[in-house]
Amino acid sequence: MKALTKQRLFWPVVALLVLLLGDLIASPSFFKIELRDVHLYGNVIDILKNGAPLILIAIGMTLVIATRGIDLSVGAVVAISGALACLWISDNPDGVGTTLIAFGLALGLSLLLGVWNGWLVAALGIQPIIATLILMVAGRGIAQLISDGQIITVNSHSFEWIGSGYLFTLPGAILIALAVFVLASVLVRRSALGLLVEAVGGNPEASRLAGLRSARLTWLVYVFCALCAGIAGLMISANVHSADANHAGLFIELDAILAVVVGGTQLTGGRFSLGGSVIGALLIQTLTTTVNALGIPPESIMLFKAIVVLVVCLLLSPAFRRKFRRRRSPQAGPSAATPAPEKVEVTA
Amino acid sequence: MPEPQPMVRMSGIRKEFPGVLALDGVDFRMFPGEVHALMGENGAGKSTLIKVLTGVYGVDAGTIELTGDEVAFNGPGSAQQAGISTVYQEVNLCPNLSVAENVCLGREPRRFGRIQWGAMRRRAEELLARLDVHVDVSAELSTCSIAVQQLVAIARALDVDARVLVLDEPTSSLDAGEVEQLLQVVRSLRESGMAILFVSHFIDQVFAIADRMTVLRNGKLIGEYRTADITPVELVTKMIGKELQVLEDLEDSGPTRAEVADAPVLLAAEDLGRKGGVAPFSLDIHAGEVVGLAGLLGSGRTELARLLFGADHADSGTIQVDGETTALRTPRAGLDHKIAFLSENRKAEGLVEELTVRENIVLALQASRGWARPLSRRRQDEIAEKYIKALDIRPANPEALVGNLSGGNQQKVLLARWLITEPRLLILDEPTRGIDIGAKTEIQRLVTQLSGDGMAVVYISAELEEVLRLSHRVVVLRDRKVVAIRDNNQALTADDVMATMAEGVQA
Repeated sequence: MKALTKQRLFWPVVALLVLLLGDLIASPSFFKIELRDVHLYGNVIDILKNGAPLILIAIGMTLVIATRGIDLSVGAVVAISGALACLWISDNPDGVGTTLIAFGLALGLSLLLGVWNGWLVAALGIQPIIATLILMVAGRGIAQLISDGQIITVNSHSFEWIGSGYLFTLPGAILIALAVFVLASVLVRRSALGLLVEAVGGNPEASRLAGLRSARLTWLVYVFCALCAGIAGLMISANVHSADANHAGLFIELDAILAVVVGGTQLTGGRFSLGGSVIGALLIQTLTTTVNALGIPPESIMLFKAIVVLVVCLLLSPAFRRKFRRRRSPQAGPSAATPAPEKVEVTA
Repeated sequence: MPEPQPMVRMSGIRKEFPGVLALDGVDFRMFPGEVHALMGENGAGKSTLIKVLTGVYGVDAGTIELTGDEVAFNGPGSAQQAGISTVYQEVNLCPNLSVAENVCLGREPRRFGRIQWGAMRRRAEELLARLDVHVDVSAELSTCSIAVQQLVAIARALDVDARVLVLDEPTSSLDAGEVEQLLQVVRSLRESGMAILFVSHFIDQVFAIADRMTVLRNGKLIGEYRTADITPVELVTKMIGKELQVLEDLEDSGPTRAEVADAPVLLAAEDLGRKGGVAPFSLDIHAGEVVGLAGLLGSGRTELARLLFGADHADSGTIQVDGETTALRTPRAGLDHKIAFLSENRKAEGLVEELTVRENIVLALQASRGWARPLSRRRQDEIAEKYIKALDIRPANPEALVGNLSGGNQQKVLLARWLITEPRLLILDEPTRGIDIGAKTEIQRLVTQLSGDGMAVVYISAELEEVLRLSHRVVVLRDRKVVAIRDNNQALTADDVMATMAEGVQA
């Protein structure tokens, strides 16, 4: 049991399960899944489907954070990617070809934006929070330029698929997010990328002196993160059949950072867990769905989210857990007379 | 003669960490007006004992008495209040704050919650004056030399009403003059009746300053001795538990100067230099040759070495490897040419502390293979196990976090990292600093052995004896300039080198 609670993913998973259990008690039909016209419907499916963009961005963000960085511009990239795709589709005859070109354009531009972020951070050495703040602010402007300040509404069946379509009875968005997650996990853990990213995040200068091309690696993770955001942008705009430069992906960078932190990757870089971030993203999405399903007024969703995140962060904090444990069992242990010693690592 | 009451008496101290019994029933005492040296190899339990004394760790068994009263600390704060002050090995100050702010940090003189800057500066000046340090206390700490920073740390420790002062490796980054200044300060503090705990790997400093010493080995007390009653050789023997003949044998092993002079030139630097680093110099390094770099701190030793590896890139001159001109612009280029560089700054430039021993060992090899060709986990385990065994890295657990290892073992991990890349030129910058005598000996023996196998080594050390013992040639630096390159034969003595270092004349 003790080994289990020490697992990094333990508390996030527990929080997710507790939340789902709460849902079950409050609304016994929460887990009901229906099969209609070979499509699955239900709250759980909704969580996965609506959470797909956040999961994608959280995966990209995890790698950025692992290199001691942060990417605030993902929300702006979401808006730009959606706007460009919708612009192309609305200007061209409807068809699968048009949609594919729109995807290509949107992802190509996202890639370029990632290159821009990576250039500022890796080549110029600007602090990531400032470097990506530039695009976070400017990106909304770019998206507005693309959409000419309007909300572009599109009506393309092939485009909508990525947001709300189905494949093998499951929503396409879930499958895409799953595919990216599997691909990223395999790439990172089967190659040496994971180790190298963790080394760069753990100690950039030592990694450089060990012969790592840390600048190139840092660059790469920003490009990957922007690409994830670009795909998420396509999903989000396809889901609502429109591109809204002002509101698409608003605050999603904060949700993604939360998801990463809740998933056990520290903002100080180094060790990371893609699986943890996915669970974090699911946790945050479950909250939103829960609020809707339970009929809690939507204006309180922010507060509700904050409380759950606070609880998970407290559970993850060693200092808090120690205090809690001490209070619970004041007489335990051999050092009953003196207060329990702080747990400090051996340095001798 | 009845002994006075000890200031500190620790009895039967036992401290266990998961998997490690760090202290096993250790007794320890300190008397007022005495400097007490705590001696032992890395991992002997010195740091743990200090941390128990200063309240960082609690104990599993045993008692601590201060002037006869039993005390129980529940944190560094309560030990400090009881009058035990500590200056740690790595200077724990804020380089971006002023000297005065550093001295008074956390106990600034206040009035209505507002800091009284004038009073703070005066207090800092007074405290530093006690140590005979006269600097502008409003200067930013990072602009001061390491020695002054070390003294600021001591001033800070004295600010609380300290009766016991713990100095953990206070001299490890100071040069000879600065060490003398620090020892002078310690002497005057001793006069004032303080009990001072002095931990150092420099045996000569310990004998110069300590009145009494306690030796630990593998977490056990070996004994307490008066300095007058023990010789350095006896002390070292007690620390490592066996006679120390290895070092003397070293000088005669390995290839001779004549042999390596005939070997092909591996790396040739011509007029290589970097502004603000080191003035242009020329140097040929032969296969199997050990080239020592001697010079005071800041003389350009490290800067020279960094140019040879590509850690910094030169802005003048050329480097030839195997007769071909190459631009070593990045560490990666050095690695590709089979050059390895062990930095003097283990923590900042060597270790990735949150990764495991295994991951740290394979890092450079993996970097040179690129991310797409990962070393299989089995191969990594093999490599890690082999080098843990070969270099006697303790604990012998490849999955231990490297940040939890002692200094000497961390150094061995970094050595292993470079050795598995099979370098042809190994640059070692202060490989023996801050590590114990046993590990020091092992590293020096390794250098001789590697040189015998045909590896060229550039060896940098502040300890001239080490440089002279190992090197075929000695490059002497002064004020960021190469002032002499000397063949190391019987005629070359430490005094010669010292004179060249000090005066810059070629004797």
